[in-house]
Order: sequence, then C-alpha cells, then structure tokens
Amino acid sequence: MPLLEVSRLSKRFGGFVALDGIDLAVAAGERVGLIGPNGSGKSTLVNCVCGTLANATGTVRFDGAEMDGLTTHERTRRGIARSFQLPRPFATLTVADNLRVPLLYTVNARSGPTLTPAELDARCAELLALVGLGDKATRLPRDLTQVEMRKLELARAMAADPKLLMADESMAGLSHSEVDDIVTLLVRLNERGITIVLIEHIMRAVMKFSQRLVVLVSGKKIADGKPDVVIRDPEVERAYIGQ
Amino acid sequence: MPLFLVILIAAAALVFGGARLIGNDYVFFAGYTVLQFIVLATAWNILGGYTGYVNFGSAAFFALGAYATVFVHKTYPLPIPLLIVIGGAVSAVVGFGMGYLTLRLRGAFFAIATLALAVVLQTLVVNWDYVGGSRGAYIIRPNEVALIGPYIQYLFLLMLALVVIALTTARGIERSQLGYGFATIRDDELAAEACGVPTLRLKLIATTLSGGLMGMAGAPFPYYIGYLQPSSAFGLEYAVNSIAMPMIGGTTSWVGPLIGAILLGSLQQIATVTISSAVNLLIVGLLLVGFVIIAPNGIVGLVQDRLRARSK
Repeated sequence: MPLLEVSRLSKRFGGFVALDGIDLAVAAGERVGLIGPNGSGKSTLVNCVCGTLANATGTVRFDGAEMDGLTTHERTRRGIARSFQLPRPFATLTVADNLRVPLLYTVNARSGPTLTPAELDARCAELLALVGLGDKATRLPRDLTQVEMRKLELARAMAADPKLLMADESMAGLSHSEVDDIVTLLVRLNERGITIVLIEHIMRAVMKFSQRLVVLVSGKKIADGKPDVVIRDPEVERAYIGQ
Repeated sequence: MPLFLVILIAAAALVFGGARLIGNDYVFFAGYTVLQFIVLATAWNILGGYTGYVNFGSAAFFALGAYATVFVHKTYPLPIPLLIVIGGAVSAVVGFGMGYLTLRLRGAFFAIATLALAVVLQTLVVNWDYVGGSRGAYIIRPNEVALIGPYIQYLFLLMLALVVIALTTARGIERSQLGYGFATIRDDELAAEACGVPTLRLKLIATTLSGGLMGMAGAPFPYYIGYLQPSSAFGLEYAVNSIAMPMIGGTTSWVGPLIGAILLGSLQQIATVTISSAVNLLIVGLLLVGFVIIAPNGIVGLVQDRLRARSK
C-alpha cells in the first residue's frame, strides 16, 4: 500500500483549471521529483495534499487514511510536513524556537509520551546540527543567509517528525554549491526513513535526488517513471522546450 | 507559589503601602485609573500583541464588565470580587463569540469587525432601560470598608489584585506552549498550521482570555465613577489607550503593556491636573507617532535590539 495516494484530484480557481484529475502514488521511503513549467500545478498539488487548499474533486489518502476534510495542522500531526517555496520562518522567534513549535504542537500532540523541556532542547540542538545551523540557535531568522533560511525551513519541517516531506522549491535562488548542500541534506533526511517529494525547477538537483520523476503540465500528469527515461520522453521535451 | 507571583504581590503591597503613606485620596483615584489601564493594556496585548489581531473594541469589553455590574447590582447586589468574576465571565463569553464570528478575518477586516461590535453593544446598552439606557445609572457606594478604610482604597486594592492576575496570566502565556502558538499566529498563520498549530482554536482562546480580562477591569468601574453612562463606559480613550500603551511599551512581552500603561497613564493623570483632561488623547497621539518613527517595536523592542546588537 502506498504511503501517499492521490486519486483523480482536481482543483479550479474560477475558470482556471489548476489540477485536472491527478493520480499519484508515492511508496514509503521513496524520493520523488515533481517537475513542470510555471503554472503547471505543482504547488497547488502540494497545497491540496497538505490541506492548505481544498480539492474540488478526488481524494488524498495518507498512510491508509482519507485526508479530505482534515485541516492542515491535523495532516501535519498525521505525518505530512512541508517546506515553503519562499521561506516562512517565525520572524520573532529564535532559530531554536522555530523548531520548538512543531515539536510542541506535533510531536507532543500525538498519543504517547511527550518530550520533557530538556528533551525538547536536545531535539532542537540535534536537528540544528543535522542541517548545519548548530551555532545559530539563539539568532533570529533575519540574521540568517538565504541558504541558512532554506535549511531552517527543512529543519522545521523535520521537527514535526514526518513520514512524508513535501519540499516545495527548497533550492530556488541558491548558488551551485548551495544547491549541492541542500540535495545532500535531503538525501540524508531520506536515509533516515522519510519519504520526500521534491518540487523543483533546477534539473541538475532533481536528477541527482530523484529515484522517480513525475511531470505536470497544465494541471495534468504527463509522465511518471525513472528520471533518465522521463527526461527523454518526447511529450516532456515538448512541454519544456516547445515544438 | 511561583517566584514571579510572590514578587508581584510584594510589589503590589509596596504600592498600596506607599500610597497610604502619602495619605491623600487623590493618589488612589489617579492610581486606580493607571492600574485599570495596566489591566486593559495587558488584556489587549494577549490578543493584539501575542497573536497580532488588533482589537479596536476594547471599550466594548470594558463596558460589558461595567454594565454586568450595574445589572447585578440592580437585580441582586453582590460583593465586588464576585461582580469582577461575573463581569469577566460575560466579557469572556462575548470575546469567544466575537472570535468565533471573525475567525476567518485578519488585519484591517478583523479590526473593523471589533469596532463594529463596540458600536452594536453601545446601541444595545443605550436602548436597554433596565441598566439606565442613555440617561445612565447611579451606583451608591458606601464611604468606608471595614479593615481598609475609605472605599476608594478598597477599589484601588481590588484593581491591584487584578493587575497581579493579568500580569501573571500574560507572563504565564508567554512562557508556555500557548505563548509559542500565539507567536506563530502573529508571525505567519500558514506556516503555523503547517507546524501543527491549531490556529483557529488558539485564536478563540486569545479572544476569550483578552475579553475576560477587559471585562474584569470594567466590573468595579461603576463603583469608582458612581454614575455610569454609555458615553463614559464606551469611551474612546479606552479603545485608544489599550492599543497605544502596549504599542509604546512593546507588544511581544508582558513588560511592554506594563511600561506603556504606567508611562502614558501617569502622563495623562499629570496632564489632567496641570493642564486639562482634554489634552490626554493629544498626548497619546503624539507619543504614538513618535514611537512609530523612533521605536516601532516599543520600548521593550528598542532595548532588546540594543542588547542583541551588543551581543553580536
């Protein structure tokens, strides 16, 4: 049974069809790349899966349960985490406190033993060390560089202890070496057992990261398979380069 | 008992003792107003400062507490501490209702909705004859209270107790899971939801707590003023001051509204005696403009920024 199962998902904004009958299944532990030109529906799909937007038709099933009707925070607690296209840190909280929020509201909100204050501190420190922000714990997000902000975004998503991470353009605007940094980080997170769907425009990063590639164009899925096969698909080439 | 509460109670005892040493009833009259503004500003800050939802209807919650007192006083007179609990409960319920009805509104739309609530409630009170309607209601209070002395000193003591409750509540929130949740709503509601924060539920908690504390501040007011009419209970100065005081002091910490209320409240009392009460709102306006330019995060924010810059 797949971890994430999206069936015939549609979403319209007035007359504009953003998603048109999307089917997508993601297995546990998989690294999936989701690509498509601007306006193809990638972020809308992320928003529908995470509960930020309500889908018009179709269903989202996660870990065997139907997600329709659940709010974003309820889906996060069930194990769907996301990072945002533009980093959205909590500006008045320190870097460590940015991670404390999902630990308090997601990890501690699940059934089972809750983390003590000392365990919370330790978990924040561990996650910050994992993404290379160990020395920035007491800083405010405004003191971080662009790549550090992206790392904070990923660390915060990780703090919710997710089963699935939807990483929405985590590398936009980064330099060559910074992109490599983030790809390495994402692979490391995946090795810890987290299923990752990477939405990205930087093809070098997508090809390096993905085990499977899904292509959306105008709200429709046009290809789904091994990256080196999908990338040579004539329909994908047409969508990206034109006829 | 937590250390913070012990310190607050000791500070309150010192203030009361100091005021009694001066031996002038006017100190209690003026001090009561400053204390009342500390409670109002702290209450406003729980919603406006911690979650970022600007409430322009503070006067409505304050007046609800005051009119709850008038209603109970006419129906079945009770001691003021009980009236404070009743006034707080009524305003908390209305705060919950307002939160529920305005859950999807943000920014200017939420602010306008709270302003509309104040107008609607004032219209209701003006047309409610039982609590005095537009002509107002008299509350005859005793001159003295056993063990304490003059009644104004009793009211001052009650307001001091409310200050202790309000500050303890605000500081407790700030250092709790609830405080982190409120801060995330203020900073980015969408990201907060994505981190598992139940933003709608937390907003309801904030509107209820904030409204309840404002109602508690308003409950003893009819006894203080002696004659309550809609224009005094729903006065513009309550709405303006309860916003300006936290803004000037700083909205991200419990200390901010305290500093702002002491500073502005005292200035207004001095201006009332030395110049005229009519200049009060002018002082608030000028100070607010000055702080928006010099220190947009208030006095606390200014100090925090300096300390942070020094530590880098």
